[in-house]
Amino acid sequence: MILDAKHAMEQKLFRQFAETEFTKEIQDELDQTGKFNWEVFRKMAKYGFCGVRIPKKYGGAGGDYLSFALMVEELGRVDAVLSIYANTSNSLGGGPLMLAGSEEQKMKYLPPLASGEKIMSFALTEPGAGSDAGGIATTAVEDGDFYVLNGRKCFISAAPIADWAIVFARTDLKSKGSRGISMFIVDMKQPGVSLGAPEKKMGIGGYPTCDVVLEDVRVPKENLVGPLHKGFSVAMQTLDGGRLAMAALAVGIAQSCLEESVKYAKERKQFGRPIAEFQGISFMLAEMATEIAAARELVYNAAVLKDAGKDSTQACSMAKYFATEMANRCAYKAVQIHGGYGYIKEYKVERLYRDARITSIFEGTTQVQQMVIASQLLKK
Amino acid sequence: MKIFVTVKQVPDTTGKVAVNPDGTLNRASMQAITNPDDLNAVEAALALKEELGCKVVALTMGPGPAEAMLRELLAMGVDEGVLISAREFGGSDTFATSQIIAAAIDTYGVDEDDIIFSGRQAIDGDTAQVGPQIAEKLHLPQVTYAGEIKKECNTLLIRRMLEDGYMTVKVQTPCLITCIKELNTPRYMSVLGIEECFDKPIRVMDYAALKDHPLIDATTIGLKGSPTNIYKSFTPPVKGAGTMIEGSAKESAGKLVSLLAAKHMI
Repeated sequence: MILDAKHAMEQKLFRQFAETEFTKEIQDELDQTGKFNWEVFRKMAKYGFCGVRIPKKYGGAGGDYLSFALMVEELGRVDAVLSIYANTSNSLGGGPLMLAGSEEQKMKYLPPLASGEKIMSFALTEPGAGSDAGGIATTAVEDGDFYVLNGRKCFISAAPIADWAIVFARTDLKSKGSRGISMFIVDMKQPGVSLGAPEKKMGIGGYPTCDVVLEDVRVPKENLVGPLHKGFSVAMQTLDGGRLAMAALAVGIAQSCLEESVKYAKERKQFGRPIAEFQGISFMLAEMATEIAAARELVYNAAVLKDAGKDSTQACSMAKYFATEMANRCAYKAVQIHGGYGYIKEYKVERLYRDARITSIFEGTTQVQQMVIASQLLKK
Repeated sequence: MKIFVTVKQVPDTTGKVAVNPDGTLNRASMQAITNPDDLNAVEAALALKEELGCKVVALTMGPGPAEAMLRELLAMGVDEGVLISAREFGGSDTFATSQIIAAAIDTYGVDEDDIIFSGRQAIDGDTAQVGPQIAEKLHLPQVTYAGEIKKECNTLLIRRMLEDGYMTVKVQTPCLITCIKELNTPRYMSVLGIEECFDKPIRVMDYAALKDHPLIDATTIGLKGSPTNIYKSFTPPVKGAGTMIEGSAKESAGKLVSLLAAKHMI
């Protein structure tokens, strides 16, 4: 896709920022310590990254999905986890509010998310409700002006640093599956909210993830987001945009795999010549480049469909399915091209291999995307 | 109060430099970037804008595509762009260029408390002449090599960075300041800035807009009006990395002497 002047400028900004600010030292530190880097986060927020897709009225930049996808891709090309830093407020954190929040809720919560002053996490997954998100067991029972929440959420990204969380809980205890689920804004500092130990992850270190335990958490009724019992459809719509972003992240990771591989294949000599001169290597590069180009078009197309207000559920799932599996294939090839060095932490492809792996799992596994695509095909 | 910033689109020196038969640069075949020192000038202007709330106007002389550079500056926070562009201005040397830009600034209007910021020099010509010449032609005081700028009422306190020290100069507005890279770190564009930059004004000043200005004379603009002619253009060879000599003072002095002797320098 040929980008228009505005999107081309945004792409340039994101690329320039990532290449300048995301130094190797910062990337290594994130990967090794797993600690959130507030300094980089605040700098990204200062330039409006946290509010790319949040309307201007609520303190954001008012950009569209294409701008958002370009940001996630370009930041992810340099560092996957730092791309996620800028992603959350525009996607799973701010997304439910943008879709279903009341005017008061948008005015109260979106500006501090856009400015990076506050962090909102998205608490849907539970130990017994992963791909089967409708199987959640967390409950919210009405009690006067409050709802009382009880349950356990797991794999909640950014929970240890979040100020608030969008928590999905069953409000109609008689109904099953995706019905009778509602969304609440929960203050993470409030009594009854506790955190599990930070998870030790394979990749994307530096964005802490843990369980969130809710024990008799009294949430004021004004914190109910959207209509009662109708939270699940908002969750699914939010995940549509989230999938698009994760597909963009996968394209960024794959692009980095390709760039590292091209550079290495030209430098590394075996049998008296650069390994790039061997067809076994050069064909892998050609395959990577072609798959990346195809995935990028799927991502941009899904973004444009979303921006045009068209039904994009299938397009977002196709983009995520293809791009994330493709990123895994590229990461495999990148490590393969690097040989033994690709298995050593000093080389970026070692981390790319680990970072790529999560993309086909979170925000709906590949198999869930296939279910979505197939169900769209078969319902016609 | 307003601040003018003069900016130039230059070829990215990381690419190959292409030259026209007349010795001028073939800009069309090269990647264009904003001259790095000019970005320091823009940053200085935007920092003062944040402090004082004044308007910042970026001016550039160049062909139509230079508008894209002005848009990027608008996305950084500049309020208005002025594109000085006409066939008659093409091929101008520093003398003719400063003549035209000075006429454009004068046509725009310089008030008592206005400031003009320029980059020290452009990376394509390395002359460092256009800024000072604009000041001369507008009869304004100028301070070059600014490494620190403080505004105090209608004066500016400038720390001029020189090779062997610095000089603090107080200058009254309106004035022209040339900025060096040590002055600041230019900001990036912001996402909101990009979303809004296409709604900001870019004023085009062509030959018709400037031809009646006293500084504009057909004999002093463009290639024909340029007293300097380019004899030869070339990319300077990249200097190799220096050699660090380590060890005690006596040892390293000994090594240095033998290295210099080997090169017949002593």
